[in-house]
Amino acid sequence: MSAARLELRGIAKAFGDLQVLGELSIAVGKGEFVSILGPSGSGKSTIFKLLTGALLPDAGAMLFDGAPLQPDHRPFAFMPQRDALMDWRRIIDNTTLGLEVQGIGRMAARRRVAPLFAEFGLAGFEQHYPAQLSGGMRQRAALLRTVVQDKDMLLLDEPFGALDALTRADMQRWLETMWSRHGWTSLLVTHDVREAVLLSDRIYVLSARPGRIIAEVAVPLSRPRRTGAAVAAIEAGILDLLLSTPTQRT
Amino acid sequence: MPFIRPVAARAATAFSRLWPAVLSVGGLFLLWEAYAQFSGIPPTTLPAPSRVLAQGALHSQALWDNTLPTITATVLGFACSVSAAFVFSVLIDFFRPLRRALLPVFVISQTLPMIAIAPLVVLWFGFGLTPKIMLVALVTFFPMLIALLQGYASTADEIEQLVASMGAPRWRIFLIARLPSALPFFFAGLRISITYAVVGAIFAEYAGAAKGLGIYILNAKNNFRPDLVLAAVMVSATLTLLLFGVTVLLQRLSMPWLRLSGSHKP
Ligand SMILES: Nc1ncnc2c1ncn2[C@@H]1O[C@H](COP(=O)(O)OP(=O)(O)O)[C@@H](O)[C@H]1O
Ligand SMILES: [Mg+2]
Repeated sequence: MSAARLELRGIAKAFGDLQVLGELSIAVGKGEFVSILGPSGSGKSTIFKLLTGALLPDAGAMLFDGAPLQPDHRPFAFMPQRDALMDWRRIIDNTTLGLEVQGIGRMAARRRVAPLFAEFGLAGFEQHYPAQLSGGMRQRAALLRTVVQDKDMLLLDEPFGALDALTRADMQRWLETMWSRHGWTSLLVTHDVREAVLLSDRIYVLSARPGRIIAEVAVPLSRPRRTGAAVAAIEAGILDLLLSTPTQRT
Repeated sequence: MPFIRPVAARAATAFSRLWPAVLSVGGLFLLWEAYAQFSGIPPTTLPAPSRVLAQGALHSQALWDNTLPTITATVLGFACSVSAAFVFSVLIDFFRPLRRALLPVFVISQTLPMIAIAPLVVLWFGFGLTPKIMLVALVTFFPMLIALLQGYASTADEIEQLVASMGAPRWRIFLIARLPSALPFFFAGLRISITYAVVGAIFAEYAGAAKGLGIYILNAKNNFRPDLVLAAVMVSATLTLLLFGVTVLLQRLSMPWLRLSGSHKP
């Protein structure tokens, strides 16, 4: 791992009496794909709320390139759980949303995203509304909206959680190809063990609430990755770890 | 493009949607006609619809002269209430404590009986257009305000968090996410209020006016002309339907994505 771009040290967060994150410490290097893998309700989305500034941590430090995160300047492009496409905007206008917020004119923003539609498998759907797209295409549109913001790092919150198994597998392969090509520094949170193994350079395994890191797993497999014995072995190891860690069921 | 259909096909679907309504309304009129013809009730008590239509046609000029002021009062009053509801909804959305301060006042305004308020407003503001506009605005303001507030609240958390994560300040989040999210609620409120608006205008005129459907109805009643009362009622019903149609049309124009079916998914 090269010098850390993002580093979280001892992050804790509680909602009233509910301690959601214990003592969370992670690091993500430049160009690295890192996953946080944890059961539902373990506080994964909360981590992203802290990073995007929607919430403040109770304790701990959040550093980017060695400096504390500034509230008015966040170096992240965030992709929420579910696609969060706006029904009332055409796909092209959904994908330019971030540029629009940055103050880039509509025409200039459209010119910037238009060439990317083909690579994202959305060519010809620029003028469609989200309701006219399949689940997989909606996720690709949401990812396009995320990467086109040209931020230093991607935050992906269970991007494929709502898709059927086949589409999900297809999208995972596609994302891996895209990532290999572009080398985005990425932090993914997911509860899908295979997804984490297929996509990540490193995986942090999060315990059930209060979430803390119980293991850090490197995935030294070559890319492109396909499901097979090597992936299955790592997957089994992580599952054992998660299931053997004592949890209070909710 | 999936949403441009040939005119003929559109007309055909429009007709297939309309014929149940035409049948039910036509059926009611037939029943009414038969009852008025064969029950022996004198037409000065219950005129048949054929008589109402014939007399309405005969007095069409007077009816039209009295419909125009009603339309004016309805549209102006409604425009006032929608503008006011929008301004207050934005204020309340940005300054949440205002909600608790203002909502009770607005709720009380809704409990005022029209029968007591209308003559008072006419007494204070005269027989002109002003009191009508005020009364129309009074009856339609609250449903519009509630519709807008509910609409803002319906914004998906994810969308708001997304726009915020892009660095948008509060007012941009409002414009980009909350306001468009409220559109379906806004139009639902519009459809409900527009029907109150016509009734409100007629009631205001009834309480005192130089011209208008309300005063026309009052005069016709005093002259023992139930046929003309009912003719004016038919005009007001038609007016309401037309205004309702306008709101539906506006909604279709401003929310084209609602007309999409899922069948175009690749
Ligand atoms: N704003 C909030 N107020 C109170 N509890 C919350 C809030 N946000 C999340 N929680 C709780 O925190 C826990 C973790 O939530 P979340 O981060 O969404 O989990 P995950 O994304 O891992 O499924 C859940 O039990 C959830 O109910
Ligand atoms: Mg979550």
